Amino acid sequence: MNRYSRHIQLSEVGSKGQDQISNAKVLVVGAGGLGCPVLQYLVAAGVGTLGIIDFDVVEESNLQRQVLFGTSSLGANKAIAAKKRLEDLNPTITIIAYQARLTSTNALELFKDYDLIVDGTDNFATRYLINDASILCDKPFVYGAIYKFEGQVSVFNYNNGPSYRCLFPTLPNVTSAINCSEIGVLGVLPGIIGTMMANEVLKMILGFEQVLSGKLLCYSSRTAETTILKINKVQSNFDTTLIQKELALDQYEDDFCGDPNMEISSEDLVQLGDVQFIDVREHHELPKFELENCVQIPLATLNKNIDKLDLTKPLVVFCQTGIRSLKAVEQLRQRNTNTSFSLKGGVQTLIEELNIKT
Amino acid sequence: MLLNIKYFGLLSEITGCHEEAIDFNGSTLYELMDLVFEKYPELERKDFQLAHNNEIVSGDMKLINNEIAFLPPFSGG
Repeated sequence: MNRYSRHIQLSEVGSKGQDQISNAKVLVVGAGGLGCPVLQYLVAAGVGTLGIIDFDVVEESNLQRQVLFGTSSLGANKAIAAKKRLEDLNPTITIIAYQARLTSTNALELFKDYDLIVDGTDNFATRYLINDASILCDKPFVYGAIYKFEGQVSVFNYNNGPSYRCLFPTLPNVTSAINCSEIGVLGVLPGIIGTMMANEVLKMILGFEQVLSGKLLCYSSRTAETTILKINKVQSNFDTTLIQKELALDQYEDDFCGDPNMEISSEDLVQLGDVQFIDVREHHELPKFELENCVQIPLATLNKNIDKLDLTKPLVVFCQTGIRSLKAVEQLRQRNTNTSFSLKGGVQTLIEELNIKT
Repeated sequence: MLLNIKYFGLLSEITGCHEEAIDFNGSTLYELMDLVFEKYPELERKDFQLAHNNEIVSGDMKLINNEIAFLPPFSGG
C-alpha cells in the first residue's frame, strides 16, 4: 500500500501497526486551533473512522492558525468544512461530521462509538464534560490546551491512569476563567501542541509503551522549554456516582463571562452586614445547612419567586461553584432589584470561610 | 532555604517573571503560598496547582526539594 509505505517501513509500525491504525475509531471534539492539526495528521495516517464534532463556523480570524480552512470555507460549519478538506487528503477512510455542540445529553451516546477521544476544545466547561463522560464510557482521551505562548498536553483515563480532575479537580472559578475575551496566540503554537496530541493518539493505537499518561507536558514556544510534571491518580475523582450526578445536573455550562462587580468574596460579604441569602441550587443538591436569612430558589424558578425575597437587604446569591449564581445575579439586575451579588466559590466559601455547619 | 519558583501561563504575567528565587524558612507548601501571596496578592484569586520536584502535589506537602512550580489550568484551543 503506497500511501502508508513510510509507516510500514518502520519496524515499530509495519503492516500490523498500519492495520491497527485503519481499524481505529477516534472522535475529535472541536475543529479549531488544536483540532485542525490533530485531524490533518490522523487522517493522513489513515485512522479508519474519524468523528469531528463542532458547532462553530469558520471566521476570518481563525485562518491564521486553523490551517485546514481556506477563505472559501468562511461562514461554513467547521466540522463540515473540515470533512470536505480531509476527504481530499484521504478518501480511503470514513469521516463523520457532527454539526453540534457536545453536551451532557449527547456525550455518552457519541463517545461509545469511538475507541478514544481528543479534546481540542477551547473552554473549561467542555473539557470537564469530556473528562467525566470519558470516565463513564471508560475511554482514554488526549488533552491539549494553550495560553498565549504556552501549551499543555497529556493523556487521561488511559490504562487506569489519572484523569483531568486529578490535575485540576474542579472547574476554575469565574474570575480566573481566562477565555472570556479573545486572547492572542501565535498561530504555530496550537499547531505544535495539536501535532503532539496526534502523536499520542497514534502511540495509543499502536500500543507503544511510553504514552503521556500520568504526565503533563508543558511547552513554551518562546523558550522552547519543555517541562514534564508527574500527575498522580486520585481515586475519588473517578467516583462514577458523583460524575453521573454532575452529568445529570448539566454542570457543564458554557464559561460565563462575568462582570467582576457582580461577584463578592467572603471578606466583602462580612462588610455587607445583614443580607438576604439566595441558594439557587436544586432542592436535592448537597451539602444542606442552616443559614439565617436564606431562601432556596432553584435558578430556573428565580424570576417567578422574587416575592419571596427580602428586598430591603442586599441580595447574596450562591450555588455549588459560583456559575449559576452569576446567572442569577444577571437576572436580578435586569429586574432592577436592589444590590445583588454572586458569592465567589459558592457553597465551599460559605462552609470554609464563614464556618457554616453542614 | 533558597527555593526556585516557576510560574506558568497567566500567573507569570502577575508575577512579571517565569522563574525566581525566594528565600523561605517554613516547611510546607501552604506556608510558601502565603509568602508568595504576600508578594503577589492577585495570585490568591487565581486557580492553580503546585508541583514540587516536577510532581503535582497538594499544599500540605512538606518541602524537601527546592524546585516549585505554580501551574494554572489553560482553556484555549
